[in-house]
Amino acid sequence: MTAATQTHTAHLDYLLRIADTSLILGQRLSEWCGHGPVIEEDIALTNIALDLIGQARLLLTHAGALEGRGRDEDQLAFLRREPEFRNLTIVELPNGDFGRTILRNFLVSAWQRELWQALAKSSDGELAAIAAKSLKETRYHLQHAADWVVRLGDGTEESHKRMQAALDLLWPYTAEFFSPSPTDDVAVATSVGPAWSALQESWVAAVTPVLEVATLKAPARTPFLTRGKFGVHSEHLGHLLTEMQYLQRTYPGGTW
Amino acid sequence: MLTTEQAWQILGRVADPEIPAISVTELGIVRDVRAAPDGVDVVVTPTYSGCPATEAIERSIREALAAAGAGEVRVQQRLSPAWTTDWIDDAARERLRAYGIAPPGERSVRNEQPLSFVPRVACPRCESADTERLSQFGATACKALYRCRACREPFEYFKPL
Repeated sequence: MTAATQTHTAHLDYLLRIADTSLILGQRLSEWCGHGPVIEEDIALTNIALDLIGQARLLLTHAGALEGRGRDEDQLAFLRREPEFRNLTIVELPNGDFGRTILRNFLVSAWQRELWQALAKSSDGELAAIAAKSLKETRYHLQHAADWVVRLGDGTEESHKRMQAALDLLWPYTAEFFSPSPTDDVAVATSVGPAWSALQESWVAAVTPVLEVATLKAPARTPFLTRGKFGVHSEHLGHLLTEMQYLQRTYPGGTW
Repeated sequence: MLTTEQAWQILGRVADPEIPAISVTELGIVRDVRAAPDGVDVVVTPTYSGCPATEAIERSIREALAAAGAGEVRVQQRLSPAWTTDWIDDAARERLRAYGIAPPGERSVRNEQPLSFVPRVACPRCESADTERLSQFGATACKALYRCRACREPFEYFKPL
């Protein structure tokens, strides 16, 4: 590979990691439609899902143009196979109960907020514009989740127990937010975006006080490290894609 | 063919599909309008990335201008600078209130913290400040759901963005 091709491939990979993380979390949250514990939360989770899918649409359209093979947002979302997805593993995990869904939204939105802030200065003008816009939306997602994390964490014995169990389950997956990768090295060299490892300190500073108020305790870090952003996924992504891509696989090229 | 000014006036009568009390120009999503020899170029910006009204708005803009004899209508989307509720003008804020939606408050750093500061929002119906937030997200992503403890009516609050 020439240096120019390497840079191009890394740029595309960097975009897909962000786009796919929004897309897959949006798809997971949309599963709550009609199943929320109360109607207000049903509406909140699906509104957040819409924002995330909207972000993914903008990013995938941009990625498709950059790729230069004529693929649009729909082809990238509905016709890629599982190993071609670059989302963080945490977002493909099943929703679990409302508490676990909320806790994941909290951990992921706090990370997205740091990422969008840094990307608003990207040398990729389109990415910078999408990030500046998404940042405003993510602040509301984060507040929504943080309010619930406190209410349920510092709530009844049962709600506290469930939130602590959710944190014990999800926390190890957050190591992937910050693990180093060659794609990040290129993104830094070309000023496309930050190395994700650089976001860890501010993420911890945002997340820790909320968990404290919620009386929840993050488990100690272990060597556990998922690799969704490298295309190595858990068993859950295949099942999710089977449902998400059903229509396009059954009626190839179908539009409306 | 239309002049740029005529095109703006026509768009000033195109209602937002979700909030028909105000027009797409008052909402601040029409960023630029330019008459060309063969038609009109319009630049719009979406409110929220996932706003399902975006496509309906583009369609209404095309239809309204075409009906006025604008020729070819070209609608282009622009993301930067990102849309903000600061672009909603005072007259439109008053119309929102009359329609039953509390207009957006000021954007503040306090409202950007993870643990949210819940702003006091006056009831658009009875003006009481004794209100409570029921949900951060109302019928659309751009609004929160509130309830007035004085007149007991629910209402929506257009969130500052």
